[in-house]
Amino acid sequence: MRIKPFHLALALVGLVLGLLLSVQFRVTRDTMKFPQVHRVKTMADKIHDARVEHDSKQEKINRMREELDKVAAGAALGALKEELVDARIESGMTVVSGPGIEVTLNDSNLEVKNGGNPNWYVLHDEDILKVLNELRAAGAEAMAINNQRVLATSEVRCTGPTILINRNQRIAPPFVIAAIGNQDTLTNSLKMRNGVIDSLEPWGIQVSIKKVSRVEIPPFSGSISFDYAKPVLEDQKNE
Amino acid sequence: MWIGVWLAALGLVLGIALGLNLPFTVPQAYAKYMSVAALAAMDSVFGGIRAAMEEHYDNRIFITGFFSNALLAAGLAFIGERLGIDLYLAAVVAFGVRLFQNLAIIRRHLLK
Repeated sequence: MRIKPFHLALALVGLVLGLLLSVQFRVTRDTMKFPQVHRVKTMADKIHDARVEHDSKQEKINRMREELDKVAAGAALGALKEELVDARIESGMTVVSGPGIEVTLNDSNLEVKNGGNPNWYVLHDEDILKVLNELRAAGAEAMAINNQRVLATSEVRCTGPTILINRNQRIAPPFVIAAIGNQDTLTNSLKMRNGVIDSLEPWGIQVSIKKVSRVEIPPFSGSISFDYAKPVLEDQKNE
Repeated sequence: MWIGVWLAALGLVLGIALGLNLPFTVPQAYAKYMSVAALAAMDSVFGGIRAAMEEHYDNRIFITGFFSNALLAAGLAFIGERLGIDLYLAAVVAFGVRLFQNLAIIRRHLLK
């Protein structure tokens, strides 16, 4: 038996075939293992970490508020105390109640017409913003959406079918917007001809306004911090 | 004949060992072409075995077929990808059908 050239060629064929198969095997195994499973796991870890951090910060806020309450209640600080109460109402840190209205908004119950865009039949962040803006213009003193206090710094952002407000609070329809103020002025501001409600009605968006003699608006749940804005003192201004 | 079979088997084992221990793998984007090439190569090998059993095995045809089939399959898949035609599916179907046919014929020869 002698090794002829074609025997070597056969060996080469075997080598190439083995190489192809094993490399392909490794690539397939890696695709199964890496991108999805690995990615999902890191994302889940990140979310978990963020939640833990958020919870601990919320706890810290609650503790500090309690301390502040104790300090305010303890000593008879008179004028300072009154000022503090005013400041806290202004900054939205206390529960406030008074006469006002409750506006309930919900997605359309109409069927999407042929060729119609389903987006026209659902509520968007812009619609909520318009309602909030109209209420502010009508002199609303305090507002909340789905029990989330709305402050001057509160954002209303679209995140898929839900809306984000106050940095991390996710709310979903139906949206109940509560506002304290003159009931008639608030109601009329929304019902204005060609106003907010008129613009939503053609799409079947459900809007109902209820006058409530005592609306309760919860305090702001997040924290307000001014990292960049600093107060300008009087003597600095004159420089 | 047997020395050829043994050498081929030895090459196969060597190739698998080498492939499993290579410090790099083919990038994900080329995995599709590789898979078609591997299928074509497998088809050629079974075609060769069948030809040997039918006793009209030709070494030149086998070796050129092995390499040109693999390269052609990968090349067609590559071009199809650029043109938006799933040519690699055609390669999978064509080589797959032939592979099973060859296997069936080999089985019949073994049973005889």
